[in-house]
Amino acid sequence: MTSSSLSAANGKPDIVTLERVTKRFPGIVANNSVDLSIRAGEVHVLLGENGAGKSTLIGMLSGLQQPSEGRILVDGVPTAIASPRHALALGIGTVFQHMMLVPTLTVAENLLVGGPWWQRPKAEELEARVAEISRTLGIGVNLHAKVSELSLGEQQQVEILRALLRNSRLLILDESTSMLTPKGIDDLGALMRRLVEQGLAIVFITHKLKEAAGFGDRISVLKLGRKVGEITPERLRALSEDEIIAQIVELMFGKKESDPEEQARVARAFSAETTPLLQVRDLAVPATATAPGLASISFDIRPGELLGIAGIDGNGQKQLAEALAGQLETSGGSVRLAGENLDGLGVGSRREKGLRYLTDDRLGEGTVGTFPVSINFFLKQIGTSPFWRKGVEQRQEIDRRAGELVREYDVRTPSIKTPIGRLSGGNIQKILIARELAEGVKAVIFNKPTYGLDLANTLATRQRVRDVAASGMAVLLISTDLEELLSMCDRIAVMSGGALVGTVENSGDARTKVGRLMIGLAA
Amino acid sequence: MTGLFDEVFLAALLFGAVTAAVPLLLAGLGEQMSEKAGVLNIGIEGMMILGAYLGFLGAYYSGSLWLGFLAGALGGMAVAAVMALLCVRLGLNQIVIGIALTLGLEGLTALLHHFQFSRSYPRLPAADKTAIPLLADIPVLGPALFQHHLVVYFAVALVFVMIYIYRRTQLGLNLQAAGDKPAALDVAGIDVIRTRTIAVLTTGALAGLGGAYLANVGAGIFIPFITNGAGFLGIVLAMLARGRPLWVLFGALLFGVCLSLTTAMQVAGINMPTDIIQMLPFLAVMIMLVLFGRKASLPAALGMPYERGAR
Amino acid sequence: MSVETTQTSSTALEPAIPETGKGDLLRRLVMTLGPILAALVIAGCILLAVGVDPLAYYGFVIERGLLSPLGVQQTLTRMAPLLFLAAGLIVAFRAGMWNLGGDGQFLLGAVSAAAAGPFLVQFLPTWLALVCAFLLATAVAMLWSLLPALLRAYQGVNEIITTLMMTFLGTSLANVLVKLAFLDPSTTVPQTRTLPVEDRLPRLFDTTISSGLLLGLVAIIAVHLVMTRTAFGLKLQVVGANPRAAVHSGLGVPTLTIAVFAISAGLAGLAGAVDILGVQGNVRADWNPAYGMAVIPMVFLARMNGFAAIGFVFLLSILSIGGESAARRLGVPHHFTLVLVSIVLITLAIAEYIDHHFIKTRRV
Repeated sequence: MTSSSLSAANGKPDIVTLERVTKRFPGIVANNSVDLSIRAGEVHVLLGENGAGKSTLIGMLSGLQQPSEGRILVDGVPTAIASPRHALALGIGTVFQHMMLVPTLTVAENLLVGGPWWQRPKAEELEARVAEISRTLGIGVNLHAKVSELSLGEQQQVEILRALLRNSRLLILDESTSMLTPKGIDDLGALMRRLVEQGLAIVFITHKLKEAAGFGDRISVLKLGRKVGEITPERLRALSEDEIIAQIVELMFGKKESDPEEQARVARAFSAETTPLLQVRDLAVPATATAPGLASISFDIRPGELLGIAGIDGNGQKQLAEALAGQLETSGGSVRLAGENLDGLGVGSRREKGLRYLTDDRLGEGTVGTFPVSINFFLKQIGTSPFWRKGVEQRQEIDRRAGELVREYDVRTPSIKTPIGRLSGGNIQKILIARELAEGVKAVIFNKPTYGLDLANTLATRQRVRDVAASGMAVLLISTDLEELLSMCDRIAVMSGGALVGTVENSGDARTKVGRLMIGLAA
Repeated sequence: MTGLFDEVFLAALLFGAVTAAVPLLLAGLGEQMSEKAGVLNIGIEGMMILGAYLGFLGAYYSGSLWLGFLAGALGGMAVAAVMALLCVRLGLNQIVIGIALTLGLEGLTALLHHFQFSRSYPRLPAADKTAIPLLADIPVLGPALFQHHLVVYFAVALVFVMIYIYRRTQLGLNLQAAGDKPAALDVAGIDVIRTRTIAVLTTGALAGLGGAYLANVGAGIFIPFITNGAGFLGIVLAMLARGRPLWVLFGALLFGVCLSLTTAMQVAGINMPTDIIQMLPFLAVMIMLVLFGRKASLPAALGMPYERGAR
Repeated sequence: MSVETTQTSSTALEPAIPETGKGDLLRRLVMTLGPILAALVIAGCILLAVGVDPLAYYGFVIERGLLSPLGVQQTLTRMAPLLFLAAGLIVAFRAGMWNLGGDGQFLLGAVSAAAAGPFLVQFLPTWLALVCAFLLATAVAMLWSLLPALLRAYQGVNEIITTLMMTFLGTSLANVLVKLAFLDPSTTVPQTRTLPVEDRLPRLFDTTISSGLLLGLVAIIAVHLVMTRTAFGLKLQVVGANPRAAVHSGLGVPTLTIAVFAISAGLAGLAGAVDILGVQGNVRADWNPAYGMAVIPMVFLARMNGFAAIGFVFLLSILSIGGESAARRLGVPHHFTLVLVSIVLITLAIAEYIDHHFIKTRRV
């Protein structure tokens, strides 16, 4: 039964239909015989873990990739979507997970990019059309602002606007909520509702079950490249949110359970007299053209405590982590670890004293992609005994220890000689964690440790973080995923504009309090 | 020291400065466009030398300077086409290919010139000058700035054409996107490869024209290795100018004055090794780099080949 | 983000990560020799076009550069400065710094050695005078690289530009020094004073091969081992492969950058000294063999591997000695060597691209 025949039955026309679409890359099947029907007036949620094949599917719909087998029908006509230009011409607009705006241009210029090169940009026409769309949808953007000065949420609105300006009939939103505040997510949901009411079709990709249940008219679940199930609008209307989630979980994991990401948190009490392990006082970093500064950041973390940092991405979290790790020069304040002052020390000395930093940018700065796995384990220890003696590499020693770590941390790699860039994100993360937890650790900063990982690796990583705290270390957990913080931390501090705007004990109404702090209200 | 400041001398100095500046200006404007689109075009020296050689041949055999310029520009574009194919389409290392093209074409033109003309170095007749009415009559500045070959005025006009393109046209937006965030351009429906190819071909044409001017008007002769680093100076100008064509013009004139001073001082009979004067423009660049180097921000994707879907 | 230094991600000609099996080695050999053969054919067509019999030319070059006793000795002697230059480039390129200023550093090293050598032998034992001349040449070349190094390390100014500028400056400065400061008053030819033949680097056994060859071999092998076997070399490679990872790992990138430039330029200065103290004996005005530019392609071709570089430098020496001879005897300018080398570089880059795209290994 193909879905196109189904759609004919209930009257709504398919804008795009996928029939048995398969996409192979050398060595892997990213999409395996997927059927999908995308209709006007519907928010069609594509749900799946990382690696389930969502991105590849989007790549094919937006003309970045071509199916290996099967066909895509646009308005019932088999169509090979050859390029992004072609996709746009067919009325398929995509808002990618990674922002696709030119940071050095203004909003207006970004909206104009893509016209025929011999033409003059039609700025007046653009302004009129933007005004019209903004009015009907209630979104407002400043056309003359530089994109680099916009928040991620604002940039996303620009991208949606761009898709609408091009008369898209189908709007694809790829993981659009990962960078938004709880309120921003609600706003996006409302916007999607207004858009489908105007007759658009929306494909909304997410791995968050609550969003799927809350926003979707139809939910398709992908798993390992296959579509494992679809929940139709009729069923969605009939079920309560909890029932929907239960059903999705069953589709995704094949067993009945509540949301596996939600874990009971055992509240722990710390006596106020316990000497803090990590003490930060009035830490300050000057702002630069591209990054926010930090202003008088102060907090304590006691042994075994897990302090979370919540906040929208780009509010100084990365700067805080880098300043603590010694990667970023501070303009004031002090950091003490186990009573010892770390001020003025560089990355290497801080690491030696036991302060470790797990970066969120695994490929960009965490690893050297072309170097073998074995060397990447010791990237922060180059020159130290026993792996180097008198500056000379002890290859046997390195390989032996690397082999141990691969087993201990369950790294799936063909060999310790494999270039690390060829491993999956989850395995790279295991290597980085092994590196930071090497002997002598006292306090660890985890920056978005589960970002971009699949469920299994997310759960494993979270367990590692809990274990570190349980063994008496101080843990600072930076995350943009509120659920993650709520399920793991003892206290949660909220960061906004380079400052900590409040800290709440993680109990009872913490969710509400943190949410209020994130949108600028008092807890 | 008499004669250093008299009118004739000053006019000759400035005239020489403009003549020396034009190839640098053309190369700099060309390189600027490549860099804006994200291609570091190290092969520009090779484009210039082939432009100089073919430009000279074209003018020598046809007797028309204009056909020479055309041949030079086409020659530069031919090299650019190779560069675009290897570096933009196939994504090979831009520095490796750039150096290979430069060395290879320097050698090739020297080789071909040797077999064609052996040890004789035929000269072209002096190029026609076009005086701009009224302006050409201004004392000193008139003969220095407003009695040049038409290509000179074309090159200066090009500065403003470029400003217009970058500020006011769709092409300008697309070029900047190709350099700063090629993926954004791609998903906006514009072929990044094609946009960058347009930029590189333009660079080739301008560099080739610059080379042809150097041989046909500047020197009136082709000598092996005649460009002598002019292409590299173009790269420096483009980097210092940071996407602003007017700055390329100023920079090129500054270099032109230094280069012109070399000959002028010899004419004036000042006894100083030419090597010292030849160092001046490079010294000036180094000083500028020390002073302003930090601000010379380049496009984010400069030097990076674009592959669709690769992150 | 404003990225001032260019990062060139390249599919072709990246430093080789040693992961070679037997079949791999064979493929490597085919992938290296095939393009060279193709380049010889293409370059041969150019010769045909100008009316020279390519087979006769290649035969002559091999005869003069490799097979004749005198030729092969010249070839081996020529290798000495080229090996030093290659060693310097390997350090720089592996650390991701495009030091294209080798020629300026080479010439200033040469002039320093030519100034110091004949002067010092008057007071010091020959060996000590030579050592001092070598040290001076190294120091001067290092100093010459300091400005590009500082600009790159602390201001992020692209080193391609600065080193090119410094090489133009250095070439002129070397001339100024020869003509004004160290001119030999006893001849009418503008050149420095000449180091007597008996005071130059000793020749090997009964040949005319300068012992500079051995020094060059030692230098390039030492560089290769340092880059691949030591902590310092690994740090440099991290800086080259991913500068942000270097910062994240706590490496002192600015210090390492300056060290890279100093080593790279120092080796180029040594190259100049070894050519003067071993072969030339003096520096003539306007002398610039442009070895630095010619060696760059060799280092790319060797994929920055020291041992492979020895092979390619040998090849370049044969071509240039044979080519210079052919220029005199067959009337083919020695510039043809440049053409051949650059065609080899391009065909090899294309071959590597093809190789890369047909056996692209996937993520596991």
